[in-house]
Amino acid sequence: MEKLMSDLKEQIIAQLNLQDMKPEDIGDDQPLFIEGLGLDSIDALELIVLLQQQYKIKISNADEGPKVFRSVRTMAEYITAHQTTNV
Amino acid sequence: MGDAAKNIDSTSNTALYINAAVVIRKNEVIRNGNLVFSSQQESLPAFLGDLHHFTGAKYQRFYKMDALSKLGWLAAELLLDDHYKSMEYDPAKQGIILSNANSSLDTDIRYQESMAAIPSPAIFVYTLPNIVIGEIAIRHGIKGENAFFIFEKFNAQFIEQYVSVLLNNNILHACVCGWVDVLAKQYDAAFFLVEKIGREGSKPFNAGILNKIYQ
Repeated sequence: MEKLMSDLKEQIIAQLNLQDMKPEDIGDDQPLFIEGLGLDSIDALELIVLLQQQYKIKISNADEGPKVFRSVRTMAEYITAHQTTNV
Repeated sequence: MGDAAKNIDSTSNTALYINAAVVIRKNEVIRNGNLVFSSQQESLPAFLGDLHHFTGAKYQRFYKMDALSKLGWLAAELLLDDHYKSMEYDPAKQGIILSNANSSLDTDIRYQESMAAIPSPAIFVYTLPNIVIGEIAIRHGIKGENAFFIFEKFNAQFIEQYVSVLLNNNILHACVCGWVDVLAKQYDAAFFLVEKIGREGSKPFNAGILNKIYQ
């Protein structure tokens, strides 16, 4: 899980063009949207693309989005759960 | 043009002034006739990155923009100085009228290329030329009339006529207008701040002066 969260932080920075930000600047449980990293709705779409490109995971139920993308940890937990069930 | 443009009287011309001008091309920035920045960078993204650093803005949203929006945003950043901000215009009376030759084609091509894999939402949102107006409006709190026009080349006469109507009819009190164009490695920007009240160094707002500054 720690390795996955570390990878995710690097991928989020690259995918969202978060210049001047380093992986260590993103807390495992820090909210990604609004009061946390301050990401917006377009960033949310880019995170969905990231999951598809890097982990071959599609979020089919839009209601899951807020829970999945709450933090790096919730993203990692979702990836772990779905990669296990998909294999 | 919106409801505010009703009852236009194009004959009530009053003196209008170009209070600032910024031209960005060939790795140089000319502000009010003076060279204020130059760079040896060979790529447009690197040049725009250097210029962003030069402004001292540290605007996170800048990094998400396409090249057209970055170029226009930087031109506006250098155009709208402290004097302009001190005027404290009503946001609804400040406008932006821009033009170019290649619309958003530079980003349209990039978006088309991204469709080979998973299309990028972040690129898609810049596949309209008037998005640059939105980026400038967000930065400077501008909420008045705005429009983006496509011409084969810089059209000073159109800018003079269109912006004069907006200011002479009190639809706007100040307007950012001009040209911002990007296609592959080619880029060109010329922004003008037009106001009803002149200041030291002002130039008359007319097509002849616009062309002279643009050249």
